Amino acid sequence: MELVKPAFGLIFWMCVSFFTILFILKKFAWPVILKSLDERERSIADALNAAQRAKEEMANLKADNEKLLQEARNQRDLILKEARDAKDSIINDAKTKATEEADRLRRIAREEIQNEKMAAITELKNQVATLSIQIAEKVIRQQLSTDDKQKTLVNDLLKDVKMN
Amino acid sequence: MKSLPIAYLLKISKVNQLFSLLFFILFSTAAYAGGEGHEGHAEAKFDPGKMITDHITDAHDWHLWGEGHSSVSIPLPVIVYSSARGLDVFMSSAFHHGEDVHNGYALRDKKIIAVNEMSGPAATATEDATVTAGLWDISITKNVVSLFVSMIILLIMFMSVAKAYTARKGQAPKGLQSLIEPLVIFVRDDIAKASIGEKKYMKFLPYLLTAFFFIWLNNLLGLVPIFPGGANLTGSISITMTLAVITFILVLINGNKHYWHHIFAMPGVPTWVLFLLTPIEILGVFLRPFVLMIRLFANITAGHIIALSFFSLIFIFGQMSAGAGFGVAIFSIAFTVFMTCLELLVAFLQAYVFTLLSAIYIGAAVEEAHHDTHDHDAKVEEAHII
Repeated sequence: MELVKPAFGLIFWMCVSFFTILFILKKFAWPVILKSLDERERSIADALNAAQRAKEEMANLKADNEKLLQEARNQRDLILKEARDAKDSIINDAKTKATEEADRLRRIAREEIQNEKMAAITELKNQVATLSIQIAEKVIRQQLSTDDKQKTLVNDLLKDVKMN
Repeated sequence: MKSLPIAYLLKISKVNQLFSLLFFILFSTAAYAGGEGHEGHAEAKFDPGKMITDHITDAHDWHLWGEGHSSVSIPLPVIVYSSARGLDVFMSSAFHHGEDVHNGYALRDKKIIAVNEMSGPAATATEDATVTAGLWDISITKNVVSLFVSMIILLIMFMSVAKAYTARKGQAPKGLQSLIEPLVIFVRDDIAKASIGEKKYMKFLPYLLTAFFFIWLNNLLGLVPIFPGGANLTGSISITMTLAVITFILVLINGNKHYWHHIFAMPGVPTWVLFLLTPIEILGVFLRPFVLMIRLFANITAGHIIALSFFSLIFIFGQMSAGAGFGVAIFSIAFTVFMTCLELLVAFLQAYVFTLLSAIYIGAAVEEAHHDTHDHDAKVEEAHII
């Protein structure tokens, strides 16, 4: 069979051509192509890594921002709370003081009123006493104008003494 | 009348634009199919076996069209050397289609033989058997021309691609680069790296890449029916043998201690089994490249034979009646178009399979001892099924 019989000439030229082209391509084509492919792949990988890193950094930054914001918010809340407390305490103080003052004034007023009242009463008492004495003097003077009447009185008084 | 089927088919095909285009594309194959077998006799029967054999075997001239004396072919240089007669270089046209003796050489069954006469008709010449036996024929045959053409294409293609990579450093591929790049990555990642391993693949990658693109390009060129395609280069046993031998030599040179240990004394196997196993393993070393050689040769040759067989049907029926020839032509061409589509796939597949198996054999040879050997054996077995 001619078909399956290797031909020397063809093998000879195949070896010459194939090794020539293998040599040329190995020297000039494959290293360039493979190196470029490697470099491109590496640069793509690097770019992807960088993007990933940037993304992570971004996330970190965002988290930081969030933290700062939260802190600021907390701070603000704290300040507001303190202010509110201060306001409350001032108001309370003022209220207490006002109440105390009012109480004190009222107490003073009451005491004064009491004093005045007492003084007035005392004076009234004195006047009443004076008046009573004067009235009694006049009454007694009239009633005791006679001896009978004086006797009656003395008897009445004595009666009372006995009862006791 | 001798070329009636073709002429008739061509005339009728003008009716249909589509068919005329198909005929134009397939013309050279068809013309070839009608050739040579007739030897100028109008009533000579069409011999499909001879036509197909003529087409898929090598030749000393590149036949284009016509038959016998009126055939048109490109003459190719004949280079023969023998210690008795020295070096002889002349064009194959000097044989006058194999009918004449030139300078003591004649063409018989498409092979060059040495004859005792210096000139005259080849048919009556007597062979000088001793000189023929010592004759080194390194003529530029049809396949060698095809080989050179493919080499030039490969060279131009990859040098321009390499230049593009230098010129457009770090940029996305463009044009031919975009076609080549995925294939280079495919060979690198899925064939070399996967079969040989991360550490050692770089050493064999240039060979695998060159072999892959060489086989693929020539498979495709074989599908082109017009010059300079149509030669059955990768379906030629000399070519596939050379490639298989290169793989074989790479395995022999690079096979490490671990590999040979596995061949001659498979570890973990009882001694008495080794008497059986070692001969099989040694046979396997030779069988692998042999199968590589046969697989590519048979696949590509089969593709050519099928396409040519369909065309032969046209002429077999055309000899009965022109109408039958035309009727069969419709189906033949439809089937050939289908087969050619399939052959496009086969062209790639066989290039892939050859490269993959080469890589796997090399991978098995350079494999380090600590690897899981059963895994690799399984891979080789699996590959054999393809």
